[in-house]
Amino acid sequence: MTDKVEVKTDKKDLTLVCFSGDFDKVLAAFVMATGAAATNRKVTIFFTFWGLNVLKKEYGRKALGQGILAKTFNFLMGGRNKLPLSRLNFGGASPDLMTSMMKKHNVATLPELIEAAHALGVRFQACEMALHILELERDDLIEEVEDVVGVATFLNESENAHIVFV
Amino acid sequence: MNFLDITNETCPMTFVKVKLQLAKMEQGQDLEVILNEGEPLNNVPASCEEQGYKVLSIEEVGGGKHRIIIQK
Repeated sequence: MTDKVEVKTDKKDLTLVCFSGDFDKVLAAFVMATGAAATNRKVTIFFTFWGLNVLKKEYGRKALGQGILAKTFNFLMGGRNKLPLSRLNFGGASPDLMTSMMKKHNVATLPELIEAAHALGVRFQACEMALHILELERDDLIEEVEDVVGVATFLNESENAHIVFV
Repeated sequence: MNFLDITNETCPMTFVKVKLQLAKMEQGQDLEVILNEGEPLNNVPASCEEQGYKVLSIEEVGGGKHRIIIQK
């Protein structure tokens, strides 16, 4: 039936390190994650530093944390609705403009991709160290986050996976 | 029969929608999918077979669109 297509059965797992909190880079990470999961690969995304913004329960801006610096950083970094474009951000207007262009061309938006990733069983892990720095708690993150882990756990679990850094 | 038209979808939602639809279905049920030639036609049937589903038929329906029947 599909003799012209090579069928691979020994698929490697895919682990994405989502370090960036830029809208376009996060989008690329989720396209790879959902595409890989939909084509039968086990996928994990390890969110660290700016990438944690994607996982915040608060989609907008909120002064999370205790200290003044953590509060300021968390407020300025914002949540998933405030991710900036890595170039030509135009004071934060570009992600909305880009989203409207994506909708026009029937390309899945970031919230749709995040939902699809979860539905496909993509594992979301949050970096323990980055959470500490930003004084974020597990409760500040969306329920879909499976674990808060350190780099050793993440590396152990991805021993035989492709690791892609975004 | 379960039906899905993914001709207006783009990568990766073409695969994603088919996979999620199949996940909702019972063993033995059929899914009819209308898809475009190129990437979806090359990869959606193959990816279903990898998961152990049966691709019962692939036929061209015109305009570069194809109808495939997948049995879970």
